[in-house]
Amino acid sequence: MRRLVLAVSLMSGAVVGRSVAQDTSAIDRGVRIGIVYRPGVRPGMVVLPGRAAVLDSVRAIVTRDLDYSDRFELITLPGGDSIRFATVAPPAPARPGTSGRGTGGAAAAAGLNYPLYQALGADFAVALAAAPGDTTVVTVHDVAAGGVRRELRAHVPPLTDRGFRMAVHRLADRVLEASLGVAGMAATRVLFVMDGKVYAIDQDGADQRMVSSSDHQAMSPAWAADGRRFAYMEFWEGHGRLFVQDVATGKRAPVATTGQALDFTPAFAPDGKILAFSRATEEGTDIYTVNIKDGCCLQRLTVGRFYDNLSPTYSPDGQRIAFVSTRSGLPQIYVMAGDGTDPQLFAPFDYGATGSSNAPEWSPDGQSVAFHRDVGGTLQVFVLDVRTRAVRQLTSVGRNEDPTWAPDSRHMAFVSDRSGYRQLWIIDLETGRIRPLLQKSGARLPAWSPRLPEAASSTP
Amino acid sequence: MKRVPLLLLGGLVAVALAACGGKKPEPPAPAAGPNADSLAAAQKAHDDSVAAAQAEAERLAREDAERRQRMADSLAALGRSTEAVKTILATMVHFDFDKSIIRAGDAAVLDQKVAILQANPGLRIRISGHCDERGSDEYNLALGNRRATSAKQYLTSHGIDASRIETASYGEERPIDPGHDESSWAQNRRDEFEILAGGDNLKQP
Repeated sequence: MRRLVLAVSLMSGAVVGRSVAQDTSAIDRGVRIGIVYRPGVRPGMVVLPGRAAVLDSVRAIVTRDLDYSDRFELITLPGGDSIRFATVAPPAPARPGTSGRGTGGAAAAAGLNYPLYQALGADFAVALAAAPGDTTVVTVHDVAAGGVRRELRAHVPPLTDRGFRMAVHRLADRVLEASLGVAGMAATRVLFVMDGKVYAIDQDGADQRMVSSSDHQAMSPAWAADGRRFAYMEFWEGHGRLFVQDVATGKRAPVATTGQALDFTPAFAPDGKILAFSRATEEGTDIYTVNIKDGCCLQRLTVGRFYDNLSPTYSPDGQRIAFVSTRSGLPQIYVMAGDGTDPQLFAPFDYGATGSSNAPEWSPDGQSVAFHRDVGGTLQVFVLDVRTRAVRQLTSVGRNEDPTWAPDSRHMAFVSDRSGYRQLWIIDLETGRIRPLLQKSGARLPAWSPRLPEAASSTP
Repeated sequence: MKRVPLLLLGGLVAVALAACGGKKPEPPAPAAGPNADSLAAAQKAHDDSVAAAQAEAERLAREDAERRQRMADSLAALGRSTEAVKTILATMVHFDFDKSIIRAGDAAVLDQKVAILQANPGLRIRISGHCDERGSDEYNLALGNRRATSAKQYLTSHGIDASRIETASYGEERPIDPGHDESSWAQNRRDEFEILAGGDNLKQP
């Protein structure tokens, strides 16, 4: 990882001359920081240590979320306060007008040693402070501009509260939005299947919870676009039954018209009213839709008497459905209109040479479809560029399957046995960084949530 | 079986006749002598008839016990035949990787099931298709469905009514061999046959 960043920075060194020169000289001068971060093209971010111990957990989670966003070089300070309150004259007030929207009113801001953090390679510095009423005040400093960029206030419930972690994750997303102006993916959870049960886990690997405790074996969880519901399939007496479960209440309801056949791989349409799924009958497997709002109107989208159609995934605008079809022999990725018309090949393949392709998922930004493909007897994750229809292989170590997109469309969770057994991993497509999400054998079929709304954050 | 009540009835009649034989001269009873004391003769005749009745009752009881034993034996034999039929019925068929075509060698296995289904018209079964772990988890549900369906098609094409056979697929969710090599995978790529109804007394075809 570090090496990759270094290589990128060398190639584009001229473009980012300012920070590269300063970072390098800072390191050369022998400033000791916990981990020597090589200067990169990504902006430097430092989360300042604080005196309030109650915020240690918040700080740790925010720092990790910012790190896992893969958009910053996280700078770790060795001792903390000795640097923060160095004797260099505070230059902050000397640069009026450059601090953006920030108020500069926080006490911490006045004492921040901007030149020092600049020398350490930081472009942004984040300070946390506690305020009455479970309120956390986050000050985002623009180090280069030498002023406060934004001050955020958020209600963070006590550590023991079930909503604590998600509130902090949401805060981390706001820091990302305040510093870089992009939406994050910290306030999300990943559903997955383990031992036939559906579980949910924070994207940073914490707070794992079982969300479906039925006696029936479950598969294929899928999120609704609003993050308030999810669907999954259960085996019932040889049939497959679909359920839609409410996140906040934990209550679930069987989907109308299912349970009489083998119904599987549910996928919500973006409007949340239609659920597409695969139905296996003696004619084979085909894709159907049902109106889950009114519990009616079963429609059959594909008719493949001598081949199977399955695993639907909607484009974010709801206009198209990518799916798997065996019409050419091995399963491959196809696309059709949302009503089932105009089916055509989506991910190109060489007949007789390319292996089976399965498990497509359309990215939230609509530009890509991730799937896995058999390469030499094992599965690898691929990404299809929707516009050019170019296919790129993403993984090569071990068996990698069932990719699912984060709402930022640059992170992806998938199942990999690269560590010796199958578990969940997360990859950042921009930097190539890979981290384990869950170090437990047998976790599979992940489904990454959209950004979770406030009300739905406590459970699952 | 149907004779049992008749035999029992016959036995009862015999006992009843024997019991009230005191007034009627039973064929063996008068053998004591025509000129004997009438009271003693009557008493003896009565005693003899009681003894005869007891002997008859014992004989009947013995026969009854033997008959019960024979019935139990024949029921056990019937049970053994049901078990044998069930074993044949449950014999799995196996598939090549990512294929749902019935192998030539497995046609004979299915032919046996055709015969059993024909000999037992009340029998209903479910065929469930299974896969090995190599393919995609969700695709394997479709593949398992194809495997179950192709066995069903074989049975129906040999004259079995389609309504007597359900199909199901469990994909790779229920392996019978947890290993990760070809011999395990070969075991797991299979159709299972389970009895839904009419499996209590199965006739040999």
